[in-house]
Amino acid sequence: MPFIPHTDTDIARMLQRAGISDISQLFDEIPVDLKIDGLEAIGPALSEAEIAQLMQQRARADGEPLCFMGAGAYEHYIPAAVWDIATRGEFYSAYTPYQAEASQGTLQVIYEFQTMIASLNGLDVSNASLYDGATAFAEACLMAVRANRKSKSKKILVSRLLSPVFRSVATTILQGQRIELVELPIRNGQTDIAALKNFVDEDFAAVAIQNPSFLGTLEDVDTLTDWAHEHGALVIGITNPMSLALLKAPGQWGTAGADIACGEGQPMGIPLSSGGPYVGYLVCRKAIMRQMPGRIVGRTVDIEGKPGFTLTLQAREQHIRRSKATSNICTNQGLIATAATIYMSLMGAEGLRQVAHSCNANTHMLVDALCALPGISQPFDTPLFHEGVVQLDRPVAGFLMELSRQGILGGYDLSADYPELGHALLVCATEQRSAADIASYVAAAGAALEVAV
Amino acid sequence: MSEPLIFEYQSVSRQGFVARSASESRLPADALRTDEPVLPRASELEVVRHFTRLSQLNFSIDTQFYPLGSCTMKYNPRICNRLAMLPQFLLRHPLGGVEHGQGYLQTMFELQEMLQVVTGMEAVSLTPMAGAQGEFAGVAMIQAYHAAQGDTERTQIIVPDAAHGTNPATATMCGCDVVEIFTGVDGDIDLEALRAVVGPQTAGIMLTNPSTLGVFERQIQEIAAIVHEAGGLLYYDGANLNAILGKTLPGDMGFDVIHMNLHKTFSTPHGGGGPGSGAVGVSKRLKPFLPVPFIQKKGDLYVWATEESCPQSIGRLSAFMGNSGVLLRAYIYMRMLGGQGMERVSDFAVLNANYLLHALQEAGFEIAFPERRATHEFIVSLKKEMRDTGVNAMDFAKALLDHGFHAPTTYFPTLVPECLLIEPTETESQHALDGFVAAMISIRKQAYTDPDKVKEAPLTLPVRRLDDVRAAKQPDLIWQPAENNTENTTAGS
Repeated sequence: MPFIPHTDTDIARMLQRAGISDISQLFDEIPVDLKIDGLEAIGPALSEAEIAQLMQQRARADGEPLCFMGAGAYEHYIPAAVWDIATRGEFYSAYTPYQAEASQGTLQVIYEFQTMIASLNGLDVSNASLYDGATAFAEACLMAVRANRKSKSKKILVSRLLSPVFRSVATTILQGQRIELVELPIRNGQTDIAALKNFVDEDFAAVAIQNPSFLGTLEDVDTLTDWAHEHGALVIGITNPMSLALLKAPGQWGTAGADIACGEGQPMGIPLSSGGPYVGYLVCRKAIMRQMPGRIVGRTVDIEGKPGFTLTLQAREQHIRRSKATSNICTNQGLIATAATIYMSLMGAEGLRQVAHSCNANTHMLVDALCALPGISQPFDTPLFHEGVVQLDRPVAGFLMELSRQGILGGYDLSADYPELGHALLVCATEQRSAADIASYVAAAGAALEVAV
Repeated sequence: MSEPLIFEYQSVSRQGFVARSASESRLPADALRTDEPVLPRASELEVVRHFTRLSQLNFSIDTQFYPLGSCTMKYNPRICNRLAMLPQFLLRHPLGGVEHGQGYLQTMFELQEMLQVVTGMEAVSLTPMAGAQGEFAGVAMIQAYHAAQGDTERTQIIVPDAAHGTNPATATMCGCDVVEIFTGVDGDIDLEALRAVVGPQTAGIMLTNPSTLGVFERQIQEIAAIVHEAGGLLYYDGANLNAILGKTLPGDMGFDVIHMNLHKTFSTPHGGGGPGSGAVGVSKRLKPFLPVPFIQKKGDLYVWATEESCPQSIGRLSAFMGNSGVLLRAYIYMRMLGGQGMERVSDFAVLNANYLLHALQEAGFEIAFPERRATHEFIVSLKKEMRDTGVNAMDFAKALLDHGFHAPTTYFPTLVPECLLIEPTETESQHALDGFVAAMISIRKQAYTDPDKVKEAPLTLPVRRLDDVRAAKQPDLIWQPAENNTENTTAGS
């Protein structure tokens, strides 16, 4: 009986106290025709040693390809201390900090998380985190519609360079509220500034700009931000926190800065893990913080005047407001936010800058070397952060399959999401890829291209 | 005991975590930030010590008993964490090809199948990242089903007054109107009230069974018939699945869609407030609408089902496939239990609850539904103690912290005054339960002799009761360095 401590004597005593003779009587309020005969189909229990063996086998079956894939999830080095501490039982097995006096550890960590994330984005306040970057963007759209007092519009103008999956998730989540995403076209790997004139007569609650864009390029954030504000729209900046070690923060975009920023916190010490758990973040200006969804931690004092932390502004949330809440969201990604906070604390601003520089240099090295191969070219030379687009002389899928046979995860095939770019491939070389790794990729790519189209 | 903020350290951050690149970075000067972000300057030892000390300010299952109703705070086996963190699992890129993911995909496929078995549903998608997102998926699927039938007038979702707050909030988020119905005096739904509200406008009903009152809804088949006859569908909030594993199936009860809180029933960690995981299961008629991606088997190969193969899907809910690492932990736990182990989970979760109920009742505490069989949780009402002494449920909760117990859920569900919703879970021993009863008796004794002392609790924790009004009125949500206190706080227009 795994994890159940009762002895036979305990059971007998407990049944007696409960006034019954057999455990089955405890289920006598379930109608007879609804009762089932157990769960045979689940199969027998495995011992800890057996499940360990099984999972090791499964893990080995996944292999360990050399990763040049980014597209929203990035392989960075994670210092040993991050998860050693984050998985301490006192963090790992703690409940949501509703009983503040018994949760000061988690609450202070989240307050520190809020501080670091708000500061990286150059905005005033942050919430305690959301599920992931894609849902954080959906919540940012909902928030913008609520917060924009100048506009009654339920439309958000979104660059085509915003992650396709972010747009897809937001569409799923926003459809119930009839909020519509309107696409802003692209040109030379950037949002097409000239196309803005086609939207001057339309009313938008917000304009959403991802920087660096999904294609890794740097956007003209200043022009886009100022245009949005001139047209009565709020600005939602979608960011990668690693890039913010170097790049201008949303709070500094244009004349007035973005109003809301959100993004995926995975690069801050969170393993790739097949896509989760990650940690979405949402930050904003103080003036609209009461429109923020999700948990928020605040610093206050106890009855003796001693500083302490507590969940605050809860009048926005579902457990108080029920059907009138700002969102149905209940959970945050507490443990993942904890790991991200430890990561940012260990690295400091200088450590993050080093990683960001390294990623930029490595990706340039990779893109340059790939484009020197016959059959590969660069579709545009817009400045990039740590991902780059290359164009092949053949369909990307077959090329990637060839690389996969060599144990290389060669990047993200853009042809379904951006057919206008032709046989386009998005590659990324983080600080984890050595010059030798990059040389292996280039050699494998060269070999793959020697096969006739 | 208190720990300074990490920002108050003034050391040199450890360098040398990563190698420098062989070449130089190239970024245009006008794209760069000119200010210094507020990030810690602390040595590795200071960071390790800081967060270790902070962890020690927390209650946790690993250190305390958490009789927290509706939250199923059972032991989180360490092995689940160890195995979910095998290097290949951690390094697997979510967009990696299926050829580099057969181990992971097979595991997820088997998890889908096991969750179908334990709920009696036709198909499962693992992508929702928490209970509330599972609820969202459920209501969105109900809407998509009606829309596919050309039935566009069904805009109302019925929710009992005892439901979790996420239920009505989810219905609103999906663009539905919420209709509340009341619970009868015996804890079951008032069928007449239900009949009065169903009609051609009914999209569906959201129910938890066992309900949040800690009793099994005995008329569930009649409820299903009433809602189905009116053309609505039934949504099952799986928060309380720990009470019925291997005993009965939501699918058999007539539910069309269910979400499961894997962080409750299947023991994945709460992590101080997440990540959760809210897998959804559906009946046959909702299968085409399941959120993508999920996993299918094609011959010997495990592959993704996406928008292309599921054109009627409600779409995606997360950037990839939900909280994969959490799903791995749930799978490992389920395989270690096996079918019989799961039945025992419910046996002992319910035995512990009923034992604790009787022990508290014998000690003179008022039970909210004494004539009913408790499920895995039950409600104590402290309205007599409140009337006699002025000590309320919140004071009891805080005093319990001083006794080394996490407080039960307080003031939920709202229809029972001064309530504690108590859920011991199966992993606690009789000894632990007896300790809790002794603490409750001792607090009540003090309430009658020295009520002011109880109202002062907690006295032994890192902080005393906090000023929540000040926290909300003068929000201090981020730390600011003293020297540029004003620069950082330019509130926008």
